[in-house]
Amino acid sequence: MGKNHEAGSGKEEDAMQLAVAKQQYGEHMDSLRAEGLLDDQFLELQQLQDESSPDFVEEVVLLFIQDSGRIIKNLADSLEQKPVNFKKVDAHVHQFKGSSSSIGAKRVKAVCIMLHMCCDRQDQQGCLLALEHVKREFDLIKGKLQTMLELEKQIVALGGTPPFMDR
Amino acid sequence: MNAQMAGGGGDSLWFEHWHTKLFILWVFFMALVSLSVYLQMNAEMLVRRRDTLKTMCEGRARMLENQFLASMNHVRALTALFTTLHISKQIAMFNQETFSQYAESTAFERPLMSGVAYADRVLHEDRESFEMSHGWTIKEMFSKEKQQVFEEYAPATMSQDTVSYLTSLDMMSGQEDRENILRARASGKGALTNPFRLLESKHLGVVFTFAVYSIHLPPDATPDERVKATAGYLGGAFDVETLVENLLHGFPGSEMIAVNVYDITNELCPLVMYGHTNVSKSENTYVSSLDFGDPQRKHEMRCRYNEDALPPWTAISTSVGIFVIGFLVGHMLHASRNRIDKVEENCRMFKELKVLADEASVAKSQFLATVSHEIRTPMNGVLGMLQMLMDTRLDATQQDYARTAQASGKALITLINEVLDQAKIESGRLELEAVPFDLCAILDDVLSLFSGKSRDEGIELAVYISEKVPSILIGDPGRFRQIIINLVGNSIKFTERGHIFVCVHLSEDMEMVMEGSDYSGDDDDYSDWEVDGPGCVPLDMKCNQFNTLSGYETADDRNSWETFELLLAQEQHSYNPDHDDHHWNFSDGNDVVNLVVSVEDTGVGIPLHVQERVFTPFMQADSSTSRTYGGTGIGLSISKCLVELMSGKMRFVSRPKIGSTFTFTAKFQQMHNSVHESMLRNTNSVLQVRLLPTCFQGMQALVVDGRPVRSEVTRHHLRRLGVQVMLILSLSQSECSAAAFHSTVGGGIDMILVDKDAWGAGTGIRFPHMLCQSASEHLRQRNKYFASSVGLSHGFIAARLPKMMLVATSMTDNEHKLARENGFTDSVVIKPLRASMLSACLQQALGVWNRRDQGRELREGSRSLHKLLSGKRVLVVDDNPVNRRVAEGALLKYGAQVECVNSGRAAIVKLKPPHNFDACFMDVQMPEMDGFEATEIIRKAEMEASECMSGGILTKYHPVRIPILAMTADVIQATQAECLLCGMDGYVAKPFEEQQLYNAVAHFFEAGYV
Repeated sequence: MGKNHEAGSGKEEDAMQLAVAKQQYGEHMDSLRAEGLLDDQFLELQQLQDESSPDFVEEVVLLFIQDSGRIIKNLADSLEQKPVNFKKVDAHVHQFKGSSSSIGAKRVKAVCIMLHMCCDRQDQQGCLLALEHVKREFDLIKGKLQTMLELEKQIVALGGTPPFMDR
Repeated sequence: MNAQMAGGGGDSLWFEHWHTKLFILWVFFMALVSLSVYLQMNAEMLVRRRDTLKTMCEGRARMLENQFLASMNHVRALTALFTTLHISKQIAMFNQETFSQYAESTAFERPLMSGVAYADRVLHEDRESFEMSHGWTIKEMFSKEKQQVFEEYAPATMSQDTVSYLTSLDMMSGQEDRENILRARASGKGALTNPFRLLESKHLGVVFTFAVYSIHLPPDATPDERVKATAGYLGGAFDVETLVENLLHGFPGSEMIAVNVYDITNELCPLVMYGHTNVSKSENTYVSSLDFGDPQRKHEMRCRYNEDALPPWTAISTSVGIFVIGFLVGHMLHASRNRIDKVEENCRMFKELKVLADEASVAKSQFLATVSHEIRTPMNGVLGMLQMLMDTRLDATQQDYARTAQASGKALITLINEVLDQAKIESGRLELEAVPFDLCAILDDVLSLFSGKSRDEGIELAVYISEKVPSILIGDPGRFRQIIINLVGNSIKFTERGHIFVCVHLSEDMEMVMEGSDYSGDDDDYSDWEVDGPGCVPLDMKCNQFNTLSGYETADDRNSWETFELLLAQEQHSYNPDHDDHHWNFSDGNDVVNLVVSVEDTGVGIPLHVQERVFTPFMQADSSTSRTYGGTGIGLSISKCLVELMSGKMRFVSRPKIGSTFTFTAKFQQMHNSVHESMLRNTNSVLQVRLLPTCFQGMQALVVDGRPVRSEVTRHHLRRLGVQVMLILSLSQSECSAAAFHSTVGGGIDMILVDKDAWGAGTGIRFPHMLCQSASEHLRQRNKYFASSVGLSHGFIAARLPKMMLVATSMTDNEHKLARENGFTDSVVIKPLRASMLSACLQQALGVWNRRDQGRELREGSRSLHKLLSGKRVLVVDDNPVNRRVAEGALLKYGAQVECVNSGRAAIVKLKPPHNFDACFMDVQMPEMDGFEATEIIRKAEMEASECMSGGILTKYHPVRIPILAMTADVIQATQAECLLCGMDGYVAKPFEEQQLYNAVAHFFEAGYV
């Protein structure tokens, strides 16, 4: 906020910072895609964001993070029960798969499929192992997405628009 | 060991071999049965034999006895006579002579006696007087000398002739005779001697003696009185050996048995009386007692068979037979039981193997599913980008390229699915779809897939579809396409020159033509347009000797011009184009359409020795083939399976170095007449091919090509665009040039399409020049009569010419230049011909645009989607908050008013009529109540509501049925059929894809659903 007040002197500096932030943002997104963390679906998501829903991506991402945390907790709980109700576990997995696929979190989706297969086999050990994977992948993408949101906010704060919106 | 036997092993061993044991027991049993049969039969036979022996023996004994007694009785009668004579002292009446005479004449009464003799009783004191009176001395019996002095004598005085030697012999000098005489006179009854050798004859015999008394004796006279009263003795000799033999020989079967007669007075030492062999008393002999009238002597007859009983052959053969039959029956049962066991064992093994195979198959399917999924994801990216590319402004060629790329990409996705389905084919679980599809569009697609390669290699690729084939068929487009891709792909792979020609006909027509057509005679009247005649002689170019698509020889002459012409005639004959646009009334009234599809190439052909295993999976012509051409060799086998699923047959004709023609038949349903084609195209997502542009309707074109088959193909494609076509096959004809002129200068012709290789490579390029020449020639001739003053420069004619287009397989830069110089200024159409591509080219050349402007519609997809959805109230049902938000966002973007709920129950509440939603997007898989269930309940509620309403207000003021679309991430899992079954109206894949969303939504909002 402070920077915006120093309008005259900081203008060039702001532009510089904005360019840097955009550069960072671009690199970040490229790495996300290169590492296979996100797929095209995320781009589609970004395209849905327009003037009528300016915070759409952020909203969805936060929703995803919040909802996924809940699901993972549910998963861990139901896997600890004895005997394990695999149907219930599978229902959670299906939810998680659906939301990760909606947001384009490719690798989370992949491990979800793995977990789903373990469920089909009624393999508790496998499920627990897969759940570890899911957790790890989710933490990874969560961090990355949060970073992305940070960068976006930074760009907006510097007076720019999120890069995906300038077409 | 025993323990082992008692355990599980023993049980199974028993179960394995119980029938063997049974068999052995059975064999034993049968052996016993046959043995007992044998014994019984044998015993019966022995009994019978013994009975026979008994009968025979008894018969003989009784006969002998009778005859013996008869003889004895007679002797006794003689004795009585002598006694009577003695008493009356008239014995002198008898002398030797009379006695002998009498005896001789009564000999038949004594059948067993060799002779009788009478001996006087002479005491010693009377000896001399006796000797004196007879004139001979008494002689000793054996030495025949004078008898020594004894107390008394018994010299024979009278004798039968047969025993005359007895005369003067003292009968008491023989031991047996003496005893006999003494016994006879003491008892007063007849007495028999032991058997002994008779005098003279030396035969074995017995002597029978009676005493003759001189006084009448009372019956109770003492022996002493009898001795005193004795006057003489009468004796008879039984010559047993001879006479009995004669008697016995008279019996039947006398050779079979040996008969002996024994004197058993002394039981310890029986004396043989008759018989050659000694018959000992044993169980084989039969004994019957004899009574010869002498109570002091006992006789018996012993009989036995001469030979031992023959082995009982009947019994042996019967029992052996029974045993053999029993054995064979047992063996048969045992063998069949063994067989059954073996088969059961095999069956069990097969089942195990099948389970293994099934497991392997499941594993394979899983693998395939995973892999294909992984491929599909990046492909979706490619396709999406292509779609975006197509949304930008492109010229016709670019548009076509992009579309081709997209089609190829989609084909790849399809192929991946097909790989998945291959597993299904193998396990027989594949089911064909039955959805409407556009045959022409599919063939065009396939052609465009391969067009790149065919262009590179200069191979002609062409498709021809008979006009009688309905454009919309119901069947499985994916499978049909798969078959065509396989066949064409194969052909492309093995063809280096010439052509590949895909041809679709109705099988009725094909049969009619193949049977030797009835229409061969009147083939002139089918086409008013075609300019063809006897003067049309193909130019003698190198590759022109065969009248096929490209002039190369083909394996099957089905698509050569001769046959093709007949087919065209056949089709033309029964097809009346004025009747109805796209619907035929089939003569059989059936909706089934039988197609014959042939794919012809002029490639390397299939070597003769591998032709029979072409349809075997993973089998290529030989190993070098896969090295040279690649591929797995599974395509043909899949195609064949698919064709068979379409209740058709696939066959091929192939000649090495010449080419192959694959032909298959397939059955499809015809679209019902009441369903209009354009409606299908608008609403059905399967028929994504839009209608061809209609802007060419009524135009006329001239097709110039020296090759009739090819020109027909061009005509076919133009006709699909509604262009009327006239063919010119030859320039050497004056009629032809006249027609050309008429159409050019006289007007009416909008375009001229010339094949680049009309009369041989590159000759088509020079056509405009030739046309100008012949046209001006013609005009000049006409001018003679009409004396027109119109200037007839080439330039004038060229200016009046319609659009000139060159149709070519491939063009070099040089040829492009040459073509332009020759007047092909408008366009070059690159083969293979396809309706969409052709229309694009024509649009470019003619500068007309489709009234409906189909190309733009896609480009403005999102805008029209916006138009469709804006202001509509949409309910999104999804339990997953992220998905819900995303769907909401997407729909909001298109201007819809979105409301979200998170469960099926909430949706039911929201959608309880009356409500004001226009559509509902429902997630399929939700906890508690899934989408299908929720839809069913909503539908039920709507039904009730509409019933209530129709009772009161008749006007339809409220949407009774809200469109419900399923949202699903897994397109394979949720088939459309399943969605429709529970009352849904369609489905969209998650995440939303613009085109698909449009297709699904357009169905309701555009068709005036609401």
